[in-house]
Amino acid sequence: MLKLTEQVYDTIRRHGEETYPHECCGVLLGHSEDGVNAVEEAVTAGNTRTDSAHNRYQIAPQELVKIQRLGRERGLDIVGFYHSHPDHPAQWSTTDFAEAHWLGCSYVITAVEKGAARQTNSFLLTGTNEEDKSFENERVEVEALEAERCR
Amino acid sequence: MKIHIPTPLRVYTDKQDTVGVEASTVGQALDALTAKHPELKKHLYTEEGKLRSFVNVYLNDEDIRYLPEKEATKVNGNDALSIIPSIAGGCGRPEKDLS
Repeated sequence: MLKLTEQVYDTIRRHGEETYPHECCGVLLGHSEDGVNAVEEAVTAGNTRTDSAHNRYQIAPQELVKIQRLGRERGLDIVGFYHSHPDHPAQWSTTDFAEAHWLGCSYVITAVEKGAARQTNSFLLTGTNEEDKSFENERVEVEALEAERCR
Repeated sequence: MKIHIPTPLRVYTDKQDTVGVEASTVGQALDALTAKHPELKKHLYTEEGKLRSFVNVYLNDEDIRYLPEKEATKVNGNDALSIIPSIAGGCGRPEKDLS
């Protein structure tokens, strides 16, 4: 299961709307325990696939190094990644699968249709190595901040 | 020096997110890491002993592939290596569908 705060959920969907018709991408920071990836922060990243941003994304490893460092400073781990599919279903593609290497992490995809975020789905990359990895559909639980609700 | 381990590989380092090693070069540091945690080796390297194409290794903020001396680059106790598997993908929607 993937747990997101409402703020993170809104951030990743809004990012997809802002970059439309191109794919957005970013990193999810939080903690992983007992089969749950709990996200506390979404960090937007640049898409280096400027040659084909309408249907491809890539996060520069150099940027990932900095985001991982930021996570360490905040006591957070990289627990997943997000990207958008402009005018395309929120379902992993063969490219998404071939390029997925962070076993145990959640890969979140938002379908952005004509500039508006629609479905957001999450897929857990399971397995122990490149040869047996697979994506599993993962339930997404969005938690509203109780403190905000009480105001 | 420190070697920062990405979340997928921590299962092979007794859950440590950072491993300390003694080394004078990048190559020695990676050798020391796989000597300490042998199960890591097949996840980092091909059978031919080269870093797997999707495994990026950074010395501080520099990709070791582009350092002049690559794995022979000297390191000291203040340096840190980061192992970063690639992140990429995309819907693959054909360009002809663009409106």
